[in-house]
Formats: sequence, structure tokens, C-alpha cells
Amino acid sequence: MTSSLPAPTDASARDAIAHGSVVHGSVVLDAAWVSRWAALAAQAIAANENLLTELDRQIGDGDHGINMVRGWTAVADKLAQQASEPQTVGDVLKTIATTLMSTVGGAAGPLYGTAFLRASKVTARPVIDAHGLVSLIEAAQEGIETRGRASAGEKTMIDAWQPAAHAAETAATAHPAHALAVLQAAAAAADAGATATIGLLATKGRASYLGDRSIGHEDPGARSTAIILQAAVEAAAVADVEAASAAVVGVEAAGAEVAEETAA
Amino acid sequence: MTAAPVAIVLVSHSAALAAGAAQLAGQMAPDVHCIGCGGLADGSLGTIIDPVETTIGQALDSAASVVVLADPGSAVMTVETAIDLHDEWAGRVLLARAPFVEGAVAAAVAAQAGGTLDAVNLAATQASHMWNEVPSGMSPQGEQEGSPDRRNHPADDATDSEPDSDPDSDPDGDTVTGTVAVPNPLGLHARPAAVVARHVSAFGVPTTINGADASSVLMLMALEARQGHTLTVTATGDRAQQAVDSVIDLISAGFGEI
Repeated sequence: MTSSLPAPTDASARDAIAHGSVVHGSVVLDAAWVSRWAALAAQAIAANENLLTELDRQIGDGDHGINMVRGWTAVADKLAQQASEPQTVGDVLKTIATTLMSTVGGAAGPLYGTAFLRASKVTARPVIDAHGLVSLIEAAQEGIETRGRASAGEKTMIDAWQPAAHAAETAATAHPAHALAVLQAAAAAADAGATATIGLLATKGRASYLGDRSIGHEDPGARSTAIILQAAVEAAAVADVEAASAAVVGVEAAGAEVAEETAA
Repeated sequence: MTAAPVAIVLVSHSAALAAGAAQLAGQMAPDVHCIGCGGLADGSLGTIIDPVETTIGQALDSAASVVVLADPGSAVMTVETAIDLHDEWAGRVLLARAPFVEGAVAAAVAAQAGGTLDAVNLAATQASHMWNEVPSGMSPQGEQEGSPDRRNHPADDATDSEPDSDPDSDPDGDTVTGTVAVPNPLGLHARPAAVVARHVSAFGVPTTINGADASSVLMLMALEARQGHTLTVTATGDRAQQAVDSVIDLISAGFGEI
């Protein structure tokens, strides 16, 4: 797992480590983190609806933007309405999975749904560490590969998930105590992977019908993957800042609600 | 007649396509539970998992097992996800890798004939053959296998046939042949083809018409036999004569169209 890694991985991890909040704080990847992740992902997907729609129009059927907004809005609503607090990371991931399967309406529904469902099965714990994060991302990648019968290099969302999983594993091996660094490395690699799909020839999914004309366009599923993983970083980093802030000014400060969750 | 043991669920991005395919398949298989499922609540195209789970679950209430067909893309993935989520369906629900409409018709007719889950699934998956392969067991009407004309005018050469030289004859059984002219104006179209296929399946004697497997509705439809065409019916083994006679009687009767 070390020789074939993309060059930016270690650099991404080092950047993350160099970030003050990581060195001096500690992120807690718990159920509340996944809930924040989902809320931020819903916002980010909504903010990028037009981008996703346009990418999908170029090489697909143009419904990725609206389908993803519908799905992630439903996820955010569902989590906000839950009567009882979820106990484990896996609990929240499972709610995300089933909600996406029930609302997205396009291929992204079963693909992301299976990804989050597989991820939920390896995260049935109140808190996960850096290695747990690697397991989460790898399980998601495997779920998408199974459901889509796709592998890396075919211009699909796998081309974002696979480098993310590689980068996460490398970062976790190098810095096992820094979950946020691992998450940042994964998100950076997903972003780079999505960008790299521009040069790929599509051989799976609807874009494959276009043949050579698929080259020169970014895969919308790979881009939405990068957006979702970036939301996971922000969900963790926000908690980290709040936790550090709370430690200084006390839990009565403005960030009390989040601090309570992260301190639990 | 009680409901067939295998039900057919048709999942499409389009509610109209799913319902239409179910109607088409159901017309050929009156005792088979054929149900369409698809589209989104707002009428737009797409598939979500809940109605797929509900529809398959309902089908299993009235049938021992279910063959599912889906149109390409998310419908296939949604069905696969549903099957993965329901361990209790193991061995009772199969997604057929088959063309949607042709597979639905073939599956329904196979189910009407009382086929098992595997037999119905096989009938669906073989449905694609009607477009890219000559019928299996093709008999010697003077056409070469793979002839491009075969699909378009297979019935025209029927009167030239010489069944006695049939290379597909089973050396261990008696081969019986007979001929019949198609009497009804519309010829051996979908419904009559289904009637013949069901009859042959029920009769249980391997039978061909112009070399096509007469238990396959799609193979019979691919013959494009029209009014006035002469068909050669061939059967082999015990009760071969009765099988040939019964098929000839059935076709001669005109399917209620004369």
C-alpha cells in the first residue's frame, strides 16, 4: 500500500498536520460529527447543484444535480427530525444510506446508498479513530464498486473514492493519532481524482455511450464525491475549533452546543 | 386456475413503461402476476427503493418466487440493492439479465407454463436471442445458419422443406412432421405465439416449428409467419404424433380470429 500511492497524499497529510487546530486540538469523530457532515454536505450539494447538473448534461442525462439535492435535503431533514440521539457513527451513516436510497431517484441513490450502508457496518461504535476512518472510506468505495460493477479508471465516482481511500490509509499509517489529517488527505485526493476524470474515457455508466466524446468532461459523480468528503472535513474541523475554543472560554460560550457534543 | 408459482415484477425509470410492459406480458400469461413499478412520485423519471421493495414483497404474497426485470441504469442497481437488503428473499427473487420488453414477455409465458424460478429466469435471459441468433434446433429449410434473411422471412421457405432429411432428428426417437397453413389474417403474432408456446410447454414433447423451439414465444414470433404461410411442425420421441397433430389443430383453428 505504499509504493503506488499518488504523490500528493503525503503532502496533503503534512499540510493537515501543520494546521494548528489539528496539532493543538483533537477531533472527535462521533455520531454528532456524521450528523454535522450530512448537514454540511446537504448545503454544499445545494450550493453546487448547477455545477453538478451542468457536468451531468455534458456526459449524462443531466439529473445528478437535482437528484443529489433532493436526496441530501431529505437526509438533513431526516436527521434534524430524529427523536432520539444516534448512538454510533454507524447509526447515522445508516440513516443517510436508507434516506438516499429512498429519495435520490437516479443511479446515485443505490450507489451512495450502498456506499454509506457498507460504511455503517464497519463503524458501529460511538467514536472512530483514524483507522476507523480508513475502514469507513474503504467500505464505501467497495460498496460503490460492487453496486456499479466499476473499477478505477472508468470515469466514475470510483475515481474519487479510490484515491481517497489510498490517501486515507497512507495518512493513517503515518499519523495514526490525527484523524482530521486523514480526513483532509482523503478529501484532497478525492478532489484531485475528480479533476483527473476530465482526461478519462468513460467505459461505465451513461457517459460510456458517448465514447471518445466523454473525454474532456469531469465526471459528475466523482465531483459530488469530492464535495461530500470535503464536507466531512469541515464537519470535523468545525468541531475541533469549537472544542479548542470551549476549552479556553468555557462551555457557556457561543459554541456550547457543539462543544458538548464533542466532549461527550 | 390458481396463480402461477412465479410472479414477474417489471421495474423501470418510467411508470408508464413499467405499467405497459406488465400489461403486455400479462396479456400473454393470464394466470401470472405481472406487476410494473417505476418512476418517481412527482411523475418524473427515476427509481427509488421503497416501491420496489413493496412491489416485490406483494408479489411474494401470491407467488412462491419472483423474477424481476429492470431497464438499464439505476433501475437495475435499485433492484440489486433491494435484493441485498432482504436476506429473507434469498432463493426466491432473481433479477433477470434480460432485455426489458422481450424478457418480460418470455418470462411471463414461461411462468404461465408453470416454469420454476430458474426456468422463468432462463426464458427471460434467452430473450435477446431473438435479435441476434437463429433459433436453436433450426431445421433444414435450405437456409444457412446465420443467414440475414432468416429473421425477416423465415416462414417463406416452409413449403420447400424436406423434413425427412432433418439433421436434428433424434436417432433414439421417432421424428414426426406435419405441415399446416396459417389461416388467421394476422398470422402468428404475439398472442397466438403465446398460445402455441404454452400448449407445447404443457404437452411436454420437444416440438419445433420451422426449426424454432415451439415452446418459446419469442422464437415463434421471430418466424413472422403470416396468413397463408405453410409451417412445418416437427416433434420427436414418445407422443410425437400427438404433439404434431395437436399443434396443427391449434394453428388450424385460427386462434379465434377466423
